[in-house]
Amino acid sequence: MTWLDTLRTALEAMRTHRMRSALTVLGILIGIAAVILTVGLGIGAQQQVTAQVEALGTNLLIISPGSTTSTTGLRGGFGSASTLTQADAQALASPVVAPDIAAVAPSTSSSQSLVVGSSNWTTTVAGTTPSWLSVRARTLSSGVFLSNADQASAASVVVLGATTATELFGSTDVVGQSVTIAGTPFTVIGVLAPSGSSASSSSSTSNDDTAVIPLSTAQQRVSSGTSRTSVQTVYVQARSQAALSSAYQEANSELLALHGITNSAAADFTITNQASLVTTAASVSKTLTVLLAGVAAISLLVGGIGVMNIMLVSVTERIREIGLRKALGARPALIRRQFLIEASLLGLVGGFLGAAVGIAGAKILPSLISNPVALSMPAIFGSITVALVIGLVFGVYPASRAAQLAPIDALRSE
Amino acid sequence: MTTQLTGPSQFHGTEPVLSLRDVTKVYRNGSLEVAALRGVTLDVQPGEYVAVMGPSGSGKSTLMHIIGCLDVPSAGTYRLAGEDVSSMSENDLADVRNRSIGFVFQQFNLLASMTAWSNVALPLAYAGVSRAQRRERAEASLGRVGLADRVGHRPGELSGGQQQRVAMARALVTEPALILADEPTGNLDSTSTADVLDLLDELHDAGRTVVLITHEHDVAGRAGRVVRLRDGLVTDDSPAGARARSGVRS
Repeated sequence: MTWLDTLRTALEAMRTHRMRSALTVLGILIGIAAVILTVGLGIGAQQQVTAQVEALGTNLLIISPGSTTSTTGLRGGFGSASTLTQADAQALASPVVAPDIAAVAPSTSSSQSLVVGSSNWTTTVAGTTPSWLSVRARTLSSGVFLSNADQASAASVVVLGATTATELFGSTDVVGQSVTIAGTPFTVIGVLAPSGSSASSSSSTSNDDTAVIPLSTAQQRVSSGTSRTSVQTVYVQARSQAALSSAYQEANSELLALHGITNSAAADFTITNQASLVTTAASVSKTLTVLLAGVAAISLLVGGIGVMNIMLVSVTERIREIGLRKALGARPALIRRQFLIEASLLGLVGGFLGAAVGIAGAKILPSLISNPVALSMPAIFGSITVALVIGLVFGVYPASRAAQLAPIDALRSE
Repeated sequence: MTTQLTGPSQFHGTEPVLSLRDVTKVYRNGSLEVAALRGVTLDVQPGEYVAVMGPSGSGKSTLMHIIGCLDVPSAGTYRLAGEDVSSMSENDLADVRNRSIGFVFQQFNLLASMTAWSNVALPLAYAGVSRAQRRERAEASLGRVGLADRVGHRPGELSGGQQQRVAMARALVTEPALILADEPTGNLDSTSTADVLDLLDELHDAGRTVVLITHEHDVAGRAGRVVRLRDGLVTDDSPAGARARSGVRS
């Protein structure tokens, strides 16, 4: 009896017991679809986080002020101090002091109400320098960005994010219009192009909902208190990905020197880079993926036990058939092969259908839960293989039972 | 294996088709030992038609299992078509069953999901015959039992007598040295019984060796020789004389 004959026999048996085979396949199907979807969700989340972090700018270091410690020893929160100044930023921009730093964009931001006629919109107003555009890897959709002249003269000019422009004016074609911020009229000189990452992410919404004004203008006319002399964040762009760590060292030692701090553990600032942000975010989503995939794997295991269960029932029910086949000259190995092929077929069909359902789910799900689902080919082919292996593994015991049946016992049973 | 369908058995001459020497079979049920056969010696020559009779518990089922290579004797030797099968491995026994024995069961034992010809071709599949040849030989064998027009029918679409004839076609298809029929008429009405017995007669007339297990005297009367068993021993082994013609054939 050839493999093809055995395969035909297995298909015949599956067709004869349609309902039972369908239910068994369903168990595997759900497991495989769950694995593909959870892995897809996890990879989708990771890609989203990576895209968001990359949207911050390339080769970026972010310097934030450290915490304050009052005389009573009470420590303020992260970023509560205002230890970073524009002078720090200028020092870091020097190619002599920090040759691996390409550009520096000191930035201060506050939440302000923007007024146009009778409508207003509250958003984050960032005061920064012309290098912000390249450091943050943004582009303009219309108009121009802040110039050094604007910075030097503390001009009342503003560059709006795409969302902000739409909210205020109903369109992004707004260059030349006037906006009132904190009582001062500003002229719109440009509009930022929407940032590249997916529209559903909350972070890109805030990336596109912003207003950028010269740092000098912000310090003199918009902010109050300490913000007049300090900056909240200094964005530093390294010359290349490879220069990122030397840029980090240069910025760190220069700021320690400027602030007169000898013990680096007592630094009054914090430097973070993209890589560490990505790593943190990725580890969170990885944990989630592992958890979900674990649940999915358990459902696959349950599906596999379902296969074994059905195959055991099948062996018991077809005991006469097995006896007859043996009487007619089927060797035990052939009987084992017949039942193994039947079990692996159940697994394989479940695997293919599960992959189909998983792929369909990956297409439909993002529109329902606004989470991206990435289809990974290794996960799809891997889980089809796993389904086949599950059928095979859980078929071994029932198949051996069938093979070991003595023909007389099998024929005698009624 | 021959490819002829109706030719006489190749075991003419001195060697018996089956030869049992002091065969015993002991079943263990816990600490209890039950001797189903207690030393059976029996030779069946090529072309013989032998009926094995006995009341229930006489050991005739056990004898049938051993003759059919479905079970091995506890002691003694059994030679089938010249081969000593008393201590064969399970695989070799499967091959011997496939090659040398055509079974006809009381319950027909056809696979309900398969057509008549697929059922008949099953032993050929285990013998490694190609699919095209299997179909050809299965159809020829079905023609031999008068069911050429039922080749594509499933067992459920056939009468009991027809099903048993399909089973007989299956028993014939490999050209076995021995046709072993276990109460082949036990589940049939009198007309079908007559059909099946006539078919066995024909096979015998064509030179085949037939061993028939039965408890019905009418059925046994068709055979050329009747072996009676009681309590695991052969009590009588005699020619039945002329074939009985009474009863079954009206």
